Amino acid sequence: MDQEVRTGTRGGRLSRLFADPRNYQISVLSSLILLGLFHYSFHLPWWHVVGCIGATLTTQAVADKIIKRPFDPRSPLISALSLTLLLRTGSVTLSIAAGVIAIASKYLIRWHGKHIFNPANFGLVIMSLVFGAAWISPGQWGQATLFALLLLALGGVVTGKAKRWDVSLSLLGFYSALVFGRALWLGDPLGIPVHQMQSGALLIFAFFMISDPKTTPDSRLGRVLFAALVATVGFSIQFAMYNAAGIILALILCAPIVPLIDRLLPAGRYQWPTMFTLKGDSHETLTPAE
Amino acid sequence: MKLSHLLSSALALGVIATASTANAFCGFYVAKAGTDLFNESSKVALVRDGDRTVITMANDYQGDLTEFAMVIPVPTAITREQVHISDPALLKHLDAYTAPRLVEYFDKDPCSPQIMYKNMRMRGAVPAPVAEMMMTDRAESLGVTIEDEFTVGEYDIQLLSATQSDGLMTYLDENGYQVPEGANRILGSYIKQDMKFFIAKVNLEEQSKTGNEYLRPIAVAFESPKFMLPIRLGTLNARGDQDLFVYALTREGQVETTNYRTQKIPTGQELPVYIKDEFPDFYKSMYKTAAKRDGGHGVFMEYAWNMGWCDPCAADPLSREELQELGVFWLDQNGNETRKMRRPSPAQNVFVTRLHVRYDAKSFPEDLKFKTTGNTENYQGRYVLRHAFDGEMKCEAAKDYKAMVNERLDKEVKTLANLTDWDRKDIWDDIEDAGVGTKFEIKDKSDDRGPTWWKDMWGDK
Repeated sequence: MDQEVRTGTRGGRLSRLFADPRNYQISVLSSLILLGLFHYSFHLPWWHVVGCIGATLTTQAVADKIIKRPFDPRSPLISALSLTLLLRTGSVTLSIAAGVIAIASKYLIRWHGKHIFNPANFGLVIMSLVFGAAWISPGQWGQATLFALLLLALGGVVTGKAKRWDVSLSLLGFYSALVFGRALWLGDPLGIPVHQMQSGALLIFAFFMISDPKTTPDSRLGRVLFAALVATVGFSIQFAMYNAAGIILALILCAPIVPLIDRLLPAGRYQWPTMFTLKGDSHETLTPAE
Repeated sequence: MKLSHLLSSALALGVIATASTANAFCGFYVAKAGTDLFNESSKVALVRDGDRTVITMANDYQGDLTEFAMVIPVPTAITREQVHISDPALLKHLDAYTAPRLVEYFDKDPCSPQIMYKNMRMRGAVPAPVAEMMMTDRAESLGVTIEDEFTVGEYDIQLLSATQSDGLMTYLDENGYQVPEGANRILGSYIKQDMKFFIAKVNLEEQSKTGNEYLRPIAVAFESPKFMLPIRLGTLNARGDQDLFVYALTREGQVETTNYRTQKIPTGQELPVYIKDEFPDFYKSMYKTAAKRDGGHGVFMEYAWNMGWCDPCAADPLSREELQELGVFWLDQNGNETRKMRRPSPAQNVFVTRLHVRYDAKSFPEDLKFKTTGNTENYQGRYVLRHAFDGEMKCEAAKDYKAMVNERLDKEVKTLANLTDWDRKDIWDDIEDAGVGTKFEIKDKSDDRGPTWWKDMWGDK
């Protein structure tokens, strides 16, 4: 399934480059980091970024060596970029630890050949729960980034390369139904749920974290159900337990249910369309890779 | 006693002010040189650790005491023991300690050396609130329960819970409050969120006993996972923008808003020295410009520091007794040490964050929600003046020095214009008028590093 890689010459370099959703995601996440650094003046020292990327790449390389699988730097790079975007800490050691924990979870916590947790989500939650010196800043993106994010994310949908757009859109759909429903029940003006839906952190989560094809259910119906579940749990944590990072916690809580959903609603396992080569060009995957 | 208006000392906590109380908050503390920057501002100290919150609301109300009352939605029921009347000096001190500061440095004689510096703080604050009570039966028939009522200090306080907003509106109305239009909906929302209502009026008899002209701040302690400030009621009748200062005291580190972006106020810039007498104007314009770049409103962090020290100090750090009075309940584990010293004193496990919020109903539709982070990085709004050496200079180095000072002034003017949106021409005029920190005349043209006529034409003037 889902194999529509164009490796012919007609597509040109750019479409070859974006044949793999990971390449697209890496470019978008990097742009967001630059936006955060230069426009929103995030406190993000470069050595934290380097430390986190180094940690994820090294962990992946070592783990791949042990299980004798070809090394592909793109997935760990995405995890590192997501961590950099969402995890705030003043300590480079914690940045590195987050990277190691994120990638290690991928190899250690598995079920039927599929890892359970989204690595960045796992690293993010564990670090912020265990260490006081690491935290999630849900407000750091403010509201103004809405258009930029939507454009980028929709770009992903339009190019059809972000294969899990269905989970992103369902999550936002269910979540907005809940916050608008809450506002109607409370008699609040609609400005409030609109404001809540504009949260930059929510949009980044929807388009760049929960959409990870490796940890979402295999079937489309399963993904929609999963999105509904994450939205409901996230909404409850946010509004009944008053934790602003509700949606991020919801993903880690709901992830263990994915194997069950896959069992009830089986479908083909997702495989990344291309494999990484050092020659610069990606080519079609022949064997399942991760 | 007939209370004709419903308003609040701390707009922050969801205060309703009617249009006729337009001057309710005009009584901002006036320090010399017009440092009352943000009148109509509210000041709130928030002590937070785990689920425990102690909130102290300053009260600047200076109108007729019979006209004053406040309504604050609170997350839990409050009893007599949980309410405390605080000392206005505390919030003033907190304000002074955390205020954005101006620092001056004096250049050494380029022909021989020396240094000194001093600092100026910017402003202060004042407090005071009010109260009365009513018949339980009538309240119950309206679905309003008077959970508790008591007098503390000069305030008569009632804690209400309600089952529906109409009843609550009627109750408030019958008790002489003019509840503004639109409040019904907001009260209804709070009722459904299981919030209680803390209402306070001035007890005139008790007030006269205190002998004070002003009303003292009310402090309330409670336990709730909600870490928020209800600002919605306060935006109902607001005439334009409102300013709110939150002084958050925690054990772990900085406090930030989770549903709005917390930004840092620009800091560390060097400014022309005439700003010394214009600092309030400067700061006001700079804040406005910073907010304008983000749509006119925002949450700005002006100060974040470990309470054990400061550098430079706009005021001494708060004493242990003061912190305890504000509700910092975890001090005990720290031994008895107090620090009265000015700078490096025994570090205390209290971290203060000063947030300056400018908001209106449209850009801040939702109540403020906060979060304590583990970020213990110190931050302060600090602005620097560098005085040129003004004695006689008779050495070779003086020429270079003067050219350097002139260049520095060009840069300072640009910085100032950029921060405040002031016109550069006006700034140069002001410098000229003030007669301080003007450019050095460099007589010998050959010493001026070449001709400058293009500068006169297009330069910084």
